[in-house]
This record gives sequence, C-alpha cells and structure tokens, in this order.
Amino acid sequence: MEIFIINLIGATLRVSTPILLAAIGETYAERAGILNLGIEGTMFFGAFIGFFVADKSGSLWLGFLIAVLSGVIFGLLMALLTVTLGVNQHVSGLGITMLCTGLSLFAFRLNYGGRSIPPSIESFQQLAPFKNIPWLNTLTEQYLFTYIAFLVIVPLAWWLLYRTSFGLKIRSVGENPEAADAAGVNVFAVRYAALAIGGGLMAAGGAFLSLAQLGAFTHGIIAGRGWVAIAIVIFGNWNPVRAMWGALIFGGASALQLRLQTMGLQLPIPYETFLALPYIVTIIALVLAGRNASYPAALLKPYRRE
Amino acid sequence: METSRLRLRFVKTDNPPVWVRPLIPVLALVVTFILTSALIFWANANPFETYYHFLIAPLTNKVSALEILVKATPLMLTGAAVTFAFAAGYYNIGAEGQLFAGAIAAAGLGVAMKEVPAFITIPTIVIAGFAAGMLWATIPALLKVKLQVDEVVTTLLLNSVMGFIVSALLNGPWRDPNSGWPQSPEIGASAIFFKLIPRSRLNLGFVIGLLVILVLWFVLTRTSFGLKMRAVGLGKPAARFAGIHVGRTTLIAALVSGGIAGIAGVAEVAGIQYHLIGDLSAGYGYTGIIIATLGSLNAVGVFIASLFFGLVDAGAQTVSRVLGVPVYLGEVTQATMLLVALGFFLLQRYRLRRM
Amino acid sequence: MYIVDMLGITKTFGELVANDNVDFQLRKGEIHALLGENGAGKTTLMRILYGLYRPDTGIIKVAEQPVEIHSPKDAIANGIGMVTQHFALVPPLSVAENIVLGNTDGFVVNRAVIEEKVGAAAHRFGIEIDPKSLVRHLAVGQRQRVEILKALYRNARVLILDEPTAVLVPQEVDALFETLNRLKADGLSVIFISHKLHEVTQITDRVTVLRDGKLIGTVDTKGMSQSQLAAMMVGRETFGVTRKDEQHQQQPVTLHIDNLCAKNDQGMPALTNICLEVKAGEILGIAGVGGNGQKELAETLCGVRECASGSIQLEGKELIGQTPAGFTQAGVGRIPEDRHEGMVGDLTVTENLALEHLNEYTRSGVLDHKAIRNRAEELIRQFQIKARPNDPVRTLSGGNMQKVLLARVLSRDPKAVIVPQPTRGLDVGATDYVRQQLLEQRDRGAAILLISEDLDEILALSDRIAVIYEGEIVGILPAGEATPERLGLLMSGAVKEH
Repeated sequence: MEIFIINLIGATLRVSTPILLAAIGETYAERAGILNLGIEGTMFFGAFIGFFVADKSGSLWLGFLIAVLSGVIFGLLMALLTVTLGVNQHVSGLGITMLCTGLSLFAFRLNYGGRSIPPSIESFQQLAPFKNIPWLNTLTEQYLFTYIAFLVIVPLAWWLLYRTSFGLKIRSVGENPEAADAAGVNVFAVRYAALAIGGGLMAAGGAFLSLAQLGAFTHGIIAGRGWVAIAIVIFGNWNPVRAMWGALIFGGASALQLRLQTMGLQLPIPYETFLALPYIVTIIALVLAGRNASYPAALLKPYRRE
Repeated sequence: METSRLRLRFVKTDNPPVWVRPLIPVLALVVTFILTSALIFWANANPFETYYHFLIAPLTNKVSALEILVKATPLMLTGAAVTFAFAAGYYNIGAEGQLFAGAIAAAGLGVAMKEVPAFITIPTIVIAGFAAGMLWATIPALLKVKLQVDEVVTTLLLNSVMGFIVSALLNGPWRDPNSGWPQSPEIGASAIFFKLIPRSRLNLGFVIGLLVILVLWFVLTRTSFGLKMRAVGLGKPAARFAGIHVGRTTLIAALVSGGIAGIAGVAEVAGIQYHLIGDLSAGYGYTGIIIATLGSLNAVGVFIASLFFGLVDAGAQTVSRVLGVPVYLGEVTQATMLLVALGFFLLQRYRLRRM
Repeated sequence: MYIVDMLGITKTFGELVANDNVDFQLRKGEIHALLGENGAGKTTLMRILYGLYRPDTGIIKVAEQPVEIHSPKDAIANGIGMVTQHFALVPPLSVAENIVLGNTDGFVVNRAVIEEKVGAAAHRFGIEIDPKSLVRHLAVGQRQRVEILKALYRNARVLILDEPTAVLVPQEVDALFETLNRLKADGLSVIFISHKLHEVTQITDRVTVLRDGKLIGTVDTKGMSQSQLAAMMVGRETFGVTRKDEQHQQQPVTLHIDNLCAKNDQGMPALTNICLEVKAGEILGIAGVGGNGQKELAETLCGVRECASGSIQLEGKELIGQTPAGFTQAGVGRIPEDRHEGMVGDLTVTENLALEHLNEYTRSGVLDHKAIRNRAEELIRQFQIKARPNDPVRTLSGGNMQKVLLARVLSRDPKAVIVPQPTRGLDVGATDYVRQQLLEQRDRGAAILLISEDLDEILALSDRIAVIYEGEIVGILPAGEATPERLGLLMSGAVKEH
C-alpha cells in the first residue's frame, strides 16, 4: 500500500508538471487582463517544435529552447491582436490555438509523413538523487523540469508577481489599467511582457511532454491540458502557489487513473471513465471555487486611451 | 502652434465609408495567402499552382463543386450554432462536444430503428440529435446561469469529456463485431439521408443546413426573442434594466445552440459516414467559431463564410492529392484568415486623417 | 514667473470642439481655479496637461521651457500630478503599493520599506493615512488623500484636482482646504477644477473661466463676487428651469416606500429603513453626498436590485418581488443613473425605444417592425432627439441619449418616475430640457422621485427634499424651509431631523 501511495505521489508530480507550467503562464496573462485561449495551441506547438528541433539537431536542449521561444512569439502575436488591435480575446485565442495546431500538423506531416507509429527520440533522463533509498528514489526520480517547475518557477513566479515592481505593474494593469496609465505605467508594454512570459511557459509545458515525459510527438499529446490549466488558474484565484495545488489535484487524478489502468483490474466501467475523471474533477473544483473567484477586474477589456 | 510638418493620424470613425466593406474580405484573403505561401514553399510546391488547385480547381468541375457544399454542410450548422450563442453573449466553445452528442444519438437510433420507415426515422434522428446536443449543452449553461461558472472553460473541458465518452462507446459496447474497428455498427438504410444528386455525396444534410440558416436569420432579425438575445449579448445590464430575463434568455440561446450543433453531428453520421467514428469531426465545432466571427454573427455572413471554408477544405484535399502539400494547409489558412480579418475589421473603424 | 503656460490649446473630438484656442497660465505657489459648467472644457484642458489627451494645436511650457507631454509619465517627470474624479487607484493593492506604482526604486519591492517611506511622506505632508491598508477598504475621502499623497510623493510641483469636493462632505472639504493651504505655503501650485462658486471664492487666488470650450478670462479672486463669477461662467440665468411654487398637500400618495432595506454589491447594508412618500404631482428630491446609498435606492426602486426587507407600493399595489418588467407594467417610469446601463449602445435608437415594451410589438413571437419604426419616428419628433432611427445609440451625444431614455419612459405617462442624476454630464441646453420634462410630468400629476448630488438641481425642482446619509433618510424638509446650510448639515451626518 505504501508503495502504491509513494508511486502515486511520484507520478502526480510528473503528470502535474506541464499543466503547472501552463497554468502559471496563463496566470501571468490573466493577471495582466488578457484571457489567452491560445494556451492549448501554444502548448501543442511547443511540443511539436521541441520534438522537431531536437530530432533534427540531436540536441534536446536546443529543442526546448526553441519551443520556449516559439511560445514567446505566439504570446506576442496574442498581444498584437488583443492589446494593440483590441480584438475579442476569446476569438483571438482560439484562432491562435487553431493556427498552432494547423502549423504543427502541417509540418509534422511534411517531415514525418502519415505513419501510424509516432516517431520517437531519446528523451531527457530522469534525475535520481536518492538512488540508494528505494522509497525516496521512487518519489524523487523525476525530470529536471519537474524540479525546476516546482522548486524554481513557482516561487519565482510568486515572488515576481508580489515582490517586484514588474509584478506590481502586472497586477495593476489587469485590475485598473486607467490607474496604471495615470501612474506612468506603460500598460501596453506590461501586457506584451506578461503575454510573452506566459506563452514561453505554456510552450515549455508542451515541450516537457514531447521531450521528457513521452519522447515522442502525437496528435493527442496535449489533449485538452491547456483548457485544464485555464480552469486551474481560476481555481487558484490567479495566484501561482494556489495554481500549484490545483495542478496537483488534476495531476493526482490523472496519476490515479494511470495506476488503476496498469493494475489491470476488471472493472464494470470502461477505463475512459478514469481518463475523464480529472476533467470532471476540474469542473467540480471550478464550481466550488468559482463562487468566490475574484477575476482580475480588467480581464477581457481592451484598454484604449481616448 | 505653427507646424510645417504633415501629421497623419488614425482617427476613429463610427461610419466607415461604404466602399471599405467589400474590400476587407478581399484584402484579408490576399494577406492570408501571402503569409501561408511560406508553408507552400517549404513543401516544395509552387504557390500559384497550389492556389489554383486550392481555390479555383474545385470550382471547375461538378463533382468537386458539389464536394464544396458537402464540406460546407457541417460548417453551416456549427457556424449557426455558435452564432446563436455568441449573439446572446454566451461563449459556447462546446459545439464540438455537442456535435458528438448529436452523432451518438443518430448512430444509436439509426441502428435501433432499422425496421422503421425512413419518413419516421429521419425526422426522429434529427430531433433526437437536437435534443442530445441540447442536453449536453445544459450542463455548462446551467452552471453559467445558476452558479456563474465561466462557460468558456466548462464547455472546453466538456469537449474533452465527450471525446472519452465516444471512445468508451467505440471501444466498448459499440465496437463493430465484424471488423473490430473502433466504429459503431452501420446505421439502417432508413436512417440514411438521401442523396440530393446521384453519385455525389451531397445529401439531405445540406438542405437541413440551409433551413437552419434561414431559421437563424428569421429569429435574429424578425422575432422579439432575437432582439432580446442581441440586447443581452450587447449589454447585459441594459437588457436587465429594460425588463428582459437575462438568465432565461441566455439559457435558451445556449440550449438551442447546443441543439443545432447536435444536428451537425446527425448530418455527418446519417449523411456521410453511416457510423459513429472517433474522427467524425475535423474540428467543425471550433471552425464554427471562426465562421460565426467572420460572418459577423449574422445568418447571411455565416452562410457565405461556410461556403468559402467548404471550398478551402475541399481545396486542401485536392492540393494534398495532386501536389503532396499536407492537407493541414486548409486549417492553417482558415486560422490565418481569421486572425488577419479580425485585424482588418478593426482597421475599418479608423480613418487616416491629416492633422 | 509662470510654472505652467498653456498657449493656444485646441482640442476637438469629432465635431465637438472641447477646447478652442485656450490660454492658461499658472503661477508658482497659487491656488488657481478652473471654473466652468459641465462640458465647458475644464477637464479636457487638464487631461491635455497631464498627457491623457494630445492637443490638436498649442504649446505647453513648464517653468518657461517648452515641453512635449505625450503621456502621464511625461507629466509626472515635469512635476505635474493629477487627482481625477474617478480615482486612479487599484483597489486590491495597498496604499503603499498604489503610491509607488510606476515609481519604484529598483526592481524588488520590499513591503516594509515602501510602507515606511510612504508613511514618512504622509507625515511630512501632513496627510493622515495608513500605508498598509488596502485601498478597497478605504472611504472616499481617504482615497482622495491617497491620490494627493501619490502626486506629492513623486515630487509634484503642480497639483491638478478635478472637482475634488464632489465626493466629500463639508467637514472633509474643510480638511482638504486646510491641507491645500499648507501645501501652497510650501510652494506647491494647485489647479482646482470646480463649478462650485462658494468654494472657488473661499480657497483660490485666481480664477480662469471657460465657457463652451472658450477662454472667458482670468481674474484675481479677491474682489470678485460669486454673482460676477457666475455671470462669466454661464453668460445667462443660471437655471432656466425652476419649479413654480405650488402646494400639493391635498394630493393622494402615489408612491409609498416603507422600511426599505437593501445591500450593496459587496453584501454590506446600503439602505436602512427608508420610509418615503411621494404624492401625485410632486417632486421629492433626495439630496446627499455621492455614495451614501443613492445608487442602491434608485436600483431598488427600479426593480433591478433585490431588497432585503420593506415594501414599495404604487397606489397601494405592492411591487416588491416583481421583475423589472413588472415595475414597468405597474406604471413606474424607470430611468437609470448611468445612461449606458439603460440602453444597449450597439442597438439602434429604434430598438432601444422598443426594448422595454417588446410584448406590445410582438405577435406570436414575430416583431412588428413597422409599428416599432413608426413609434420611434414619432418619439424622435416629439422629444426632439437629434438622431436617425437606425443610428446605434452609442453614437449619440449624452443629451440625446438621455432624451431617448426619457422618451421611452415618459411617453407611457407613468404614475411614478424614478430619476437618479438625470442631468449629470449634460450640457446646459440638454439639462434645461430634461428639467422641463420633469416639471411637465409633475404638472401632469406624476409622482417624481428625483435623486441628485447636485444641490442646486434639488433646490430648483423639488417640492420637498429628503436627505440621505449612510443609507438612511436623516431629514425631510419642505422646499420653502430648505436652505443650503441646513441641507449641508444634514448631508454631513452632523444632525438628524425627523
């Protein structure tokens, strides 16, 4: 039983990582007042381009770097549409998701054809700092990115948001851009920056899947994880640390589902029930948290000076 | 201040000159093709040849011209579904899931009603598909209206959940016993939408799509409910102040939207595939959002946009077959066109003026 | 020496000329009033100085040096600070965070350090405020102090105050003036935007008067009487429309409000046991400083805010529990406080005129477009609305928007009319028109509840005046007994008269 639980926790951390990265990225976008529905596509493109570059160049790190860069670019594209042009945020975000999906699939088909077994690469190795203590090893044998996400990105994102002038600006432009503007804050620049950071984190989440967790790229690689991340942002009340708990809940439900599947129990219900479980849990969590959710006051509202 | 320098500025205007309106789609189209030609070069194809096969060739013969209408059918329906919800300010991103709900109903009843004559079966599966889409749309709609839970997120998540339901059905009880493929048994002949033109794929679904567009136009422009919907969509506080039931209006719009998306699923099962399959929809629910937006949330616009996107879909297949350019060029073109057009829509509200 | 020179400033918005070749000069260490009616161009001129608008033509000099002010950032760099009517504060942030926003030293923001610095600055300028408290939790007067401190913290040498007293009770006004005089003694220059003459004569050294976007003149305050200033400001009788004195004692009570209680958006009590009676053919004015429950009272009486307890009766018929449509059906004419919340900006004038009574234009679900259109054309004529039937309402001027609302409501001959802030932001002509319409309704026998923060408006129109303070009615006076002084005491909460 202990083994099962330790196993489960270890898997939870792994499964939560991409969603956590994306959720923090979305937190930054929304804190600045922009709902970025491009998240699903940005993750997808990150997963693809990371895989593609790593495969062609032989360098996993180069793949990861280019993936993050692509996320930044799509974040800036979102900013161009919603911040500069003031286009409807829902539609722009979905448009970016479709563009990213189409581009990835186009390039994937062009380079790998329509084969039925997805091509794979030698993925990142897991770190095992406590090899000699079996139970601790089960828990801590994780990818470097999982360590970075939980131990560096979460505290850093929190610190940046609540303890720096940049974070102060992000929070103010998402809450009252007129006030921020009057105080001499460049609302447009801050929103661009927040979306760029957010896009980079989203793509990093996608690249984690293709370069670490799976070592391959498939059409279903993201499978709605971006949408889950958006729900987690609301659940986490736009706070990176609370988003981490949300990501862990979803990750836990997913990990449990994987464990139950591999145990090969003959259950009277289809295994898809377990696959759907994390999504249903997320919706329930959203309903429970939604009543007290305090949305950034300027979310979805384009800012115009005159 | 005396200044000799000529100053030009964009000035906001509420009434753009008339000649701008038809120019926008044309400009957007040109810009889109310039942008996407990069991909065509990458695929080692000639852009002009590609565009010929993409946009012109499908129109040159009857078979492929009819195929455009076939491709446009689900888009007309999901476009209308999304328009219905968006017009009332309800962001239904769940048309994809609702489409599958309708498809499940059609696939199930299509098999069960094998012995029933077509004039009963066909109306039944259409109504059942509408009801199923509506039912699936009820969850996020009630959460929105009763508990103020953001519908964008819930509809997106429910799309994923619906994917698992379909997969559970196809890998479980509905797996075809003969082939072993993850697809449901073939529906009965009485449930199959008859062909409008022999030896083509064009079927009754297209007529249903046209009817729905017509109903959409009538409701939005001619009925008091349509005006209430638009009032709620464009200004909730004002609508509430004027005595309109915002919650009830939103709920009805959301449910009807889901129902129309359900019909799209029926049309794909009964008109094209005759089975329920996992990739029944090539993201039609999401493309519907583009169509509704490009069609400016009005019925005529939705109709034109779905025909054009039908052409893009059909053309992308031709290009893929003839030139080996991946078929996803269609999806990229559609998304690029949306983003470019959104930019242009906004620009038409501005005018360059000498200061 | 002038610390600010604005020369030949012109600014247009579409057809509207907001500033027409205006000159404005501010001396160092003076309090300078910018006086004019609503829409005279005062705020526009100051928004130009603060970089929120760009002038079409004109030069700005600060300390005799020509400067280009493209954004508030440039203004701040030139030592100019502005406190707008809608406070530019971020409610979920603390006072200290709001003050250092956009002006932090270094990247890291240490809470303890900024709180100490802001606290020290507050002490230095004699402004009492706790740097730790969240702005969300502060009262209006305190928020204003945060705004002033914010400007001073950034070494403002020029402070622009846009109608600073509109949201304050008289005691807070005294405190503000005391602060301003002290700051003036320290060498600060203050621009005081106002349309209240007694404040201008009390606090300022010089006055610049604007009318219809044009400069009328700049004079020393000393030696100017209030009536002289008024003449410069309006160039005609102050209020063209006033109530004819008539008594309506014998009339029956139309609108009867009993022990009404309601909560605000935050769920806190906003109205406590409101008891009011409005007779047929009477205007009952509700005076009070903004934010004392006026908004909630209007919304409750319009049926768009749930009441916690109490009753609202129209000719004996209970309205509590009715939908907004039910209120309209019963004969309550409802005009919203915010015009934009009463009409859908992207729908046409025609559609907005029909919106409240769609059922009458509908046969089995289908709209009778012709009837709607005819009615709209008739109302556009009758109420002199300057718009075409198919114009989207958002393209109309404020005055014409208000006329559309009035047309929609008053053409139904309502038994009672609820009008909160009916002339806010309107020009003189539209203001007169609206007031005239209200008086006509009164003469027709409607019971009118006029809620206004404009005391002059209340005094000009009301038969009786009730004063609201912190959600309670603290006194009801017949118009004849109501003096500004007596009302002021009531409005400040200092006394209650029952």
